[in-house]
Amino acid sequence: MRACMEEMHQVAIAAKDQASGRQFSTQVSILSAVELIWNLCEILFIEVAPAGPLLLHLLDWVRLHVCEVDSLLADVLGSGNPSKHESFWNLVTILVLQGRLDEARQMLSREADANPASADMCRILGDLMRTMPILSPGNTQTLTELELKWQHWREECERHLQDNTFAASPALESLCKIMLGDEAALLEQKELLNNWYHFLVTRLLYSHPTVKPIDLHFFAQSSLDMFLGGESSPEPLDNILMAAFEFDIHQVIKECSIALSNWWFVAHLTDLLDHCRLLQSHNLYFGSNMREFLLLEYASGLFAHHSLWQLGVDYFDHCPELGRVSLELHLERIPLNTEQKALKVLRICEQRQMTEQVRSICKILAMKAVRNNRLGSALSWSIRAKDAAFATLVSDRFLRDYCERGCFSDLDLIDNLGPAMMLSDRLTFLGKYREFHRLYGEKRFSEASSLLLSLMTSQIAPRSFWMTLLTDALPLLEQKQVIFSAEQTYELMRCLEDLTSRRLECEEPNAQKLQDDDIETTKVEMLRLALARNLARAIIREGSLEGS
Amino acid sequence: MESICAKFVSQKISKTRWRPLPPGSLQTPETFATGSWDNEDNYVSLWSIGDYGNLDSDGGFEGDHQLLCDIRHDGDVMDLQFFDQERIVAASSTGCVTVFLHHTNNQTLSVNQQWKTAHHHTNPSGPVYRGAPCTGIVCDNPEIVTVGEDGRINLFRVDHKETVRTIDNADSSTLHAVTFLRTPEIVTVNSIGQLKIWDFRLQGNEPAQILSLNGDRVPLHCVDRHPNQQHVVATGGQDGMLSIWDVRQGTMPVSLLKAHEAEMWEVHFHPSKPDHLFTCSEDGSLWHWDASIDMPEKSSLFHQGGRTSTFLSHSISNQANVHQSVISSWLSTDPAKDQIEITSLLPTRTLSVNSLDILGPCLVCGTDAEAIYVTRQLFS
Repeated sequence: MRACMEEMHQVAIAAKDQASGRQFSTQVSILSAVELIWNLCEILFIEVAPAGPLLLHLLDWVRLHVCEVDSLLADVLGSGNPSKHESFWNLVTILVLQGRLDEARQMLSREADANPASADMCRILGDLMRTMPILSPGNTQTLTELELKWQHWREECERHLQDNTFAASPALESLCKIMLGDEAALLEQKELLNNWYHFLVTRLLYSHPTVKPIDLHFFAQSSLDMFLGGESSPEPLDNILMAAFEFDIHQVIKECSIALSNWWFVAHLTDLLDHCRLLQSHNLYFGSNMREFLLLEYASGLFAHHSLWQLGVDYFDHCPELGRVSLELHLERIPLNTEQKALKVLRICEQRQMTEQVRSICKILAMKAVRNNRLGSALSWSIRAKDAAFATLVSDRFLRDYCERGCFSDLDLIDNLGPAMMLSDRLTFLGKYREFHRLYGEKRFSEASSLLLSLMTSQIAPRSFWMTLLTDALPLLEQKQVIFSAEQTYELMRCLEDLTSRRLECEEPNAQKLQDDDIETTKVEMLRLALARNLARAIIREGSLEGS
Repeated sequence: MESICAKFVSQKISKTRWRPLPPGSLQTPETFATGSWDNEDNYVSLWSIGDYGNLDSDGGFEGDHQLLCDIRHDGDVMDLQFFDQERIVAASSTGCVTVFLHHTNNQTLSVNQQWKTAHHHTNPSGPVYRGAPCTGIVCDNPEIVTVGEDGRINLFRVDHKETVRTIDNADSSTLHAVTFLRTPEIVTVNSIGQLKIWDFRLQGNEPAQILSLNGDRVPLHCVDRHPNQQHVVATGGQDGMLSIWDVRQGTMPVSLLKAHEAEMWEVHFHPSKPDHLFTCSEDGSLWHWDASIDMPEKSSLFHQGGRTSTFLSHSISNQANVHQSVISSWLSTDPAKDQIEITSLLPTRTLSVNSLDILGPCLVCGTDAEAIYVTRQLFS
């Protein structure tokens, strides 16, 4: 997140016009506010720091988020004569406010070098700074010991102040007052403090270093009031932080949801807190808990974005109750304008065994392909979805094309169907029919004829096609050599009778039909003649073979 | 692999390509182009990886790639190729093929030439024009060949407004990728698992040769030719299978290597070290296949340090007569002797790796996780 913020900062500076520069700056400030809240939540909720270390963490938190100090420090040190720098005292003050007493002491020693008159005072103040008791991480003091030491130290500071040791230099005097935790002195430095939570932490540092977590909100509220002084009302960020200090997690989440425009931050924060088992299951009326609700909302938002849907998938995966269902619904509605995108969506579905969705998406793609006359694509989609019905549709389309044009389109596809042929009966028929044509073309008539017969007798040929098949048999019947045996001829005749009797049954008076009928009748008659002649020759041949 | 450097750009990358070096140059590649997809505004961008080992003026990331310039592109960038040092050809999901020109003096890109209706679906019932995504491009100065979802192959010549040759309905399914075999011959792969070789010297719209694998018609997504041996072709399929074909012999692939768990999007032979092959896939991994014959430390699996590497021996389909004199490790038939070392190059699994490119010791790849990875020490 830091990288993003920095890049945005760069862009803001480099922005050519005012408006977009401002926009980027506001984005940066939102991001930094979000990071502020996140870190505070980490300290208070997750690490659950006890009384002593709590203050140290809060100090770190403040130091992390108020960054001008470092640049100012570099500035002042970099200049030839640090103590004469105009912001020198500001710098020292802010160092003290942030509890960075060592650095403050260094600055004071430079002042002492430069200005011998105040050397004594600087030394005394420096000593005070050095001796301030703080709880360092490796230290084994108990809180009470620390408290005692701190009281002693405080009394010493008090004494110096009473003795007017620093009367000569008002700056040093105010520093001493700050170190005593004098609220008036702190409030004087409002500008340097910049916001109430800084004020809070400084105040705690110098007046209640062993503050307990449960007392935190009391100080927070009073700090907020004192800092704002009744002039301005708390902003949303202040409300969120206040809720955090009160350890009211739900309130924090609620305030964040209201203040921020999308669900990104809240969803992640809630998820983190849930994993730390801090959220009691707060059942919403439709059954899922708050974490899941927020994650679902966030993921749905991702899906509404044109390219972030892939990330949304992961979020849905982590919602145990409603995640899968929501994912199914969303995946079906992703707009698919290229095959590559479709393939990615299908891969996601297949990884999660969502076969229904695979089916429906493939069906949509196959329909589109058919409409664009890409029958090969249509077939490959129906193979992927193992959709027999659609494969039948595609085969019908091929067969219709054949009937209209008299030849096959897309031979490269039909010739190389492979095991996909088994997907649907119609497809098998198509493959076998093409094979028949190939055999015929290669003049392997006996194989062609038995194939043709099997096509008709095995019932995989659609009725509408039988006439065409029989017509295809005509040249085979008329060949000089006898190709169909008597048995086969009987079969053919049976099929013909079947066909014609059906035709007679379902007749409609129609002018066009009458004309067609003429052609039909001629065809049938020719077939009958050919079949009869073939039968005669077959019987003779079979008879004579047996004979001789 | 220690020096693989990632940068998150906020667009999903569909293609990455190194700018070719001038012939005879000894430099390392410095500039690469990327195309994005799935955004409302897609961009073709040029990036520079700067001087090796230098820090930026503000102490920025060492070796991080910086954006030089970009230009808005209509539709998803489906394929990208460098035509020459300054010109880039991009294929769009709207069916348009564009040539961009890079002006080095002021670091901008501009549109040089455009063929807007390169790929479209012919509609028998009405004149409504529907663009079809153009899925693959290959360039060989001055010619550009493109293929698309409409099953069409186009041959363009740069600076000519009209297409030089179009093969309509070359395929009844989608053509996914194309590459040159020899100069007048191209090979295409389609979504019913067929490799088709087309010869532009022949008239007519039929392919010169069709090769396919018997069995499941698994769509093939990418194809690349061996840089030195023009009859060796590698393809990657939808099931992640890598196939090596010898186009002179038979219609079946010579080797089938089970590789990724999801679609393999790109396969590339290394242009100067063709014993090395690279593949990237939808499952988020990028693999380096090393088939160099003599590797004395082959017996040890542990000498590679932290990388994950496995040894795989060929699984060969039934090819009886491959000549032993063919000096290509990819076509060799002796499984006991020849092993391929496979290394996964990306440190963590990400979303799909859509594209990769290699030139010299440098590799660049782009992912759906909106990141670009660059490494300059492939063979460390």
